[in-house]
Amino acid sequence: MAVRPASVARPAPVAGRPLSIRRILEREGAFSWLMLAPGVLFLLAFVAYPFFYGIFLSLEDRRVASPGIFVGLANFVSLAHDAVFWQVTRNTFMYVVVTTILKLSGGLGMALVMNQHFRGRNLIRASLLLPFIVPTALSTVAWMWILDPTFSVVNWVLVHAGIIGSGFSWLGNASLAMWSLIVVNTWRGMPFYGITLLAGLQTISPDLYEAAAIDGASVTQRFLYVTLPVIKPVLVIVTMFSVIFTFGDFQLIYALTHGGPANATHVFSTWSFDIGMSAGQLGMGAAVALAILPALAVLIVGLTIYLRRE
Amino acid sequence: MVGGHDFLSQLRRLYLPLVFFVVAMLFPFYWMLITSIKPNRELYSQKIMPLMVHQPTLKHYVDLLWETNFLTWTYNTMLVAVVTTLVSVVIGTMIAYPLARMRFPGAAVVAIGVAATYLVPQPLLFIPMSDIINRLELGNTLSAVMLTYPTLLIPFCAWLLMGYFKSVPRELEEAARIDGASRFKAMTRIVLPLCTPGLLSAGIFSFTLAQNEFLYALIFLAKSEVRTVPIGVVTELIRGDVFYWGQLMAGALLGSVPVALIYSFFVEYYVAGLTAGAVKN
Repeated sequence: MAVRPASVARPAPVAGRPLSIRRILEREGAFSWLMLAPGVLFLLAFVAYPFFYGIFLSLEDRRVASPGIFVGLANFVSLAHDAVFWQVTRNTFMYVVVTTILKLSGGLGMALVMNQHFRGRNLIRASLLLPFIVPTALSTVAWMWILDPTFSVVNWVLVHAGIIGSGFSWLGNASLAMWSLIVVNTWRGMPFYGITLLAGLQTISPDLYEAAAIDGASVTQRFLYVTLPVIKPVLVIVTMFSVIFTFGDFQLIYALTHGGPANATHVFSTWSFDIGMSAGQLGMGAAVALAILPALAVLIVGLTIYLRRE
Repeated sequence: MVGGHDFLSQLRRLYLPLVFFVVAMLFPFYWMLITSIKPNRELYSQKIMPLMVHQPTLKHYVDLLWETNFLTWTYNTMLVAVVTTLVSVVIGTMIAYPLARMRFPGAAVVAIGVAATYLVPQPLLFIPMSDIINRLELGNTLSAVMLTYPTLLIPFCAWLLMGYFKSVPRELEEAARIDGASRFKAMTRIVLPLCTPGLLSAGIFSFTLAQNEFLYALIFLAKSEVRTVPIGVVTELIRGDVFYWGQLMAGALLGSVPVALIYSFFVEYYVAGLTAGAVKN
């Protein structure tokens, strides 16, 4: 074996170093993953982990400040036998379905009105969005006062207009309370539909309408065969997003009714808060929260498929 | 085309519905404002016409600012909103950029994962999250919300920014790279400046979402000194006695001012962002 003389220098490392670090950073894969790493790790730790931890909790009898006992599906079984659970399910679906119909139709109307030419349009568009941008808890407080049992301005107007004899208890009566929530949620969410649909309408070329008008299409026909097909993608996406987020609505209901009177306005999120946080039954609370997962999963998968296709 | 005799149809198709929408959307704010400047004897009388103020007063504002922790809550809210917005826009950019402009193994999985974290609603996460925050011993600290708000904001920023980053032509970046710019330089010097509107949109949205957040703040901030405005107003200004509405409305109105101001300066960016990616609320 020939032994290299010690004097022969090893290849200078200086030549290799700038090459390696810079080269690695120039590779798409390495650059991408270095950029992604902090965010992805954070989301894994604070979204993915809590999500799966929640599933684990729902399988335990777990109270605050005491170790949990694994109970399998017992929480879900007792929920299925709980009349309140089914009431909460009905409430949630009613809240989501009715507000979605109202927000969609009202928002479409708003967009069609705003799509005409008039002075001060930008200012009005900006102010119509206010319900959507102001912190919900704060605007809900204004609604509490509007619907106050004794000093409700709605009652004052109705009574003085001679429409009703005495005021309603808007938040104290079970079915009125649900409708009050629906009105407030619609008020808050409609501008979102209105302004996004308006953006969709503005992409329609006036030529299309003129061509349709020349062909003798009526206003209704023009809406059905020109307007709707063009804004359909926006319509579907906005609606699905809104439905997903309405399912998760918490603060409006919590601030306005706390789920009352007598569970009449509890939805999954507020009921799960009551059980998990106020009563400290973390396992059962997590199980309640997970009950929206099937409906939500269908929506999310549907939305993902739709977005891919578009 | 539209002639002068069409005024009635204009009225029916434009002005009446327009007035309806404006009144319906803005009445609660009008109500907030006039309630906050009414003296108590006007507020709690069923005889006085409530739709206007007869003798305005600023007493409720004075009480709110001097007798409650409102200013502390405002400071907390601003601090949390600014910090979480900055963090979320930076990390959102770092996620969106490679997803929008690079090809690398695992990209599809990350993209789907980010979309999923964006759509998972808070009510699914708050119970396990409360346990995690307890274990980290962050209860009743602003760190608890500074740590959790980005879970809502980062996926949103990433989602919104991806669209903007995709729109910058590849040729611009390649030209810079041929001139010797590194990938990082090409990003910070070429692509990001062109996406300033997108970054502004993401920032404004994050700021309003952070100001609006309620559930985590409610769970994690149980002491008055660390509360944010929405929590302070709802949990402390609503009291057992009857005579608190003026102060409550003053708080609701003042609490809305920062968001409304920022919004009014950047309406166009806000609307652009709204239509670019549907918004979490």
